[in-house]
Amino acid sequence: MAFQLKVNGQAHAVDAADDTPLLWVLRGNLGLTGTKFGCGIAQCGACTVFLDGKPLRSCSLPVAAVGEAEITTIEGLSGRESEAVQRAWVARDVPQCGYCQSGQVMSAVALLKAIKKPSDRDIDRAMNGNLCRCATYVRIRAAIHDAARALEG
Amino acid sequence: MLPVLEDTKGQQALPSVVAANALRPVTAFAVIADDRARAIALFQEAGKVIAHPLCMNCHPAGDSPTQTERMQPHLPLVVRGADGHGAPGMMCATCHHAANYDIAGVPGHADWHLAPQSMGWQGRSLPQICEQIKDRARNGGRDMAALVQHMAEDSLVGWAWSPGAGRAPAPGTQAEFGALVRAWAAAGGDCPPP
Repeated sequence: MAFQLKVNGQAHAVDAADDTPLLWVLRGNLGLTGTKFGCGIAQCGACTVFLDGKPLRSCSLPVAAVGEAEITTIEGLSGRESEAVQRAWVARDVPQCGYCQSGQVMSAVALLKAIKKPSDRDIDRAMNGNLCRCATYVRIRAAIHDAARALEG
Repeated sequence: MLPVLEDTKGQQALPSVVAANALRPVTAFAVIADDRARAIALFQEAGKVIAHPLCMNCHPAGDSPTQTERMQPHLPLVVRGADGHGAPGMMCATCHHAANYDIAGVPGHADWHLAPQSMGWQGRSLPQICEQIKDRARNGGRDMAALVQHMAEDSLVGWAWSPGAGRAPAPGTQAEFGALVRAWAAAGGDCPPP
């Protein structure tokens, strides 16, 4: 079936079965491979994208359910929070293998859009669905605090 | 036709054998003449649904839901947040979308959320839950009619009978459950003794 998707500000015509996970369409049809496949069952967060600005696991949404919503992937992430997070990530050398990090960055940006100065508890609650097998959690938390401070200035 | 036993006074009593995934119909309770006794029996029957893990999982006593028929801690370890829809950055809707998505094994509903903490059922007995759901200070201000409507018609309650692949539905149907709750209210809404 043909779908018109709005991804990163651009319209895309996609031909896919109704129940295809959005993640597969992003990666397979549109070549946006920054969004990762981790578990396929909404347990790891590697596939996190934004749907109308809200974080969403793209492995657990069929493409037919996207409708008119605007999708933002790691490739299209922009804005103050995104820039602050990316700078903090680089400064802290947050990634190790890096596989989960696009999902981590998406969730961190979503958190900072919702809570300007998150506590450790806020961070844990927002980020505990994003798994990291390299266990970079301590650096992730520190980098989110750094980004929040940078956004205050 | 369900088998009917006689009680010790020679009166007809309730059918004793019902499939585990079925509910006795309201008509089966008509043999109980006393309103209070009938109300209690009706609520105990409805309790098969209320106490079912599919319902209990999102009526936690604490801040986090459970999942599966074994009522394991929800993974990821989500919290209810300010309004039962999750914490900023990790809302229920981050993973649960408008409909069940069997490919990912993720259940869905357009308003997937936890019951308020005042409606936490886990760890409570059926009599305690009965008193709790009638208490307007704890049930969101619902009178009996609104309570019956919620049980009988709310589509998130109804998810328990359409839970998606790999999950056994709650006993009976929502219509049968709603009829039991309606009959319970009509009989006076008494609760089982503690």
